[in-house]
Amino acid sequence: MTADAEQAGAPEAISKRGAARVLRPALGLLLPVALALFWEIAVRMGLSNGRLVPPPSVIWNTFTDLAATGELARHALATLWRVAWGFAFGVMAGTIFGAITGYSALTHRVVDPTLQALRSIPSIAWVPLFILWFGIFEASKIILIAVGVFFPVYLGVMGAVMSVDRKIVEVGRVFRLSGPAMVRRILLPAVMPSYVIALRAGLGLGWMFVVAAEFLGASTGLGFLLIDGQQLGKPAQIVAAIVAFAILGKTTDWLIVLIASPFLRWEDRFARH
Amino acid sequence: MLVLDRVGKTYPNGVRALDGISLAVAPGEILVVIGGSGCGKSTMLRTISGLDPPTQGRVVLDGTVITAPREEIGIVFQEPRLLPWLRVADNVGFGLAEYPKAERRTRVAGALDRVGLTEKARVWPRELSGGQAQRVAIARALVPRPQVLLLDEPFSALDAFTRADLQDHLLDLWADLKPTLVMVTHDVDEAIVLADRIMVMRAQPGRVYEEIPCELPRPRDRQSAAFDFVKRRVLAALDRSLDRAVAMAEEVEPRAAAGGGLWW
Repeated sequence: MTADAEQAGAPEAISKRGAARVLRPALGLLLPVALALFWEIAVRMGLSNGRLVPPPSVIWNTFTDLAATGELARHALATLWRVAWGFAFGVMAGTIFGAITGYSALTHRVVDPTLQALRSIPSIAWVPLFILWFGIFEASKIILIAVGVFFPVYLGVMGAVMSVDRKIVEVGRVFRLSGPAMVRRILLPAVMPSYVIALRAGLGLGWMFVVAAEFLGASTGLGFLLIDGQQLGKPAQIVAAIVAFAILGKTTDWLIVLIASPFLRWEDRFARH
Repeated sequence: MLVLDRVGKTYPNGVRALDGISLAVAPGEILVVIGGSGCGKSTMLRTISGLDPPTQGRVVLDGTVITAPREEIGIVFQEPRLLPWLRVADNVGFGLAEYPKAERRTRVAGALDRVGLTEKARVWPRELSGGQAQRVAIARALVPRPQVLLLDEPFSALDAFTRADLQDHLLDLWADLKPTLVMVTHDVDEAIVLADRIMVMRAQPGRVYEEIPCELPRPRDRQSAAFDFVKRRVLAALDRSLDRAVAMAEEVEPRAAAGGGLWW
């Protein structure tokens, strides 16, 4: 009997596991979908007019309308372009400064206090100055984003380089690695996991700062859509722009994880997700 | 021939870790260094490796003064210290970056075969047991074919069975390749199983206290009377070396106490 039960049970167990693989990520969708459905039904039943908080169907229509006219793509691309440049500059500067201050105690003592002091300034406070210095067009926006990206990357890289295990570095010394070889074969791989986290934190701040930058006089960009929606009383457009931000933010973050994952397969991690 | 010529090590804070260590280790000899904690045995090993050159005297290998790590001198630490981002085979071949790829591959395969881990070549270090990881570390140190292999309490973190297993393994490797072995341990049995000669060190500052030849035929039987005889000799020497240290500490203390007494 047991043999029969096992034979019958095996394919069932496999399909159950397959179903679990599909269903488990879907669990995360449960709450937002339920909330959206609830609001849609509430507005349809006339419990609310939905004017200030548009129901999902209206947001969807606005979103598709914006997409159909090409407006959405135009604004999204403008924003993406700014974030890309700001992120690139911020990451470059953060990596170089972080690596040097992490590696050299003297540079750390000279440079780090100043950078930490600058970090404590709310970055939006720079905006008026940046506009005076770099004008109201792209340069000041990109620089603001770069400043936002710089600090988490700087801190992450510096901390990672400083905490590389001395014992592992000693292995490099035993095998007589030269300076560049030590960096390439020991330090770089050792800081990789923290570096990816720093990049993700930096990218998150980049998306935050692009909104701030676009609030301050832009004629394109998702941030402009937000302001435009507020001034013309179009809440659905605001929510549609917010959704676009969410999609772009999540996608770019996922891209970093995807690109980094082949370099991090060695990690001995607690979580496997 | 590995020669230490009045080697001393004083740290920048004034602590003297080693004082006037002179010794010669013949090619292919197994020297085991034993002593209480803090007697400078690890420090001595690090001066030989070139990682921490001595502040007095010199370490000479076949006429060359050692001031920095060299290919002829391999070292295995207490921890395996494998690079977690490299698979086992790449860890073993880590010191062969300058060799042609084919040469590297055959040497790595040979070393993995020697330590019995051929089937683990493509595995990440995190997937190894403690004993396996230490075997990989030994393979990594042996792959550049060093004349001298230094071992700094390499088996102290392992359980008794694995330790005995790796001691046998190490002897097999030594029988094949005949490198000079200098091993630091605090395990008397381990010292007697492996050594041609046992050097007992004394602390504060680290000095050679006594050298005990250990010429039992291999493989050595831990239960034999001869083994026991050597063991008693080593234990007695260790005891005396520790007593001396205690006596010296007591000799210093009354003076310190008298000095401290002024405060009261």
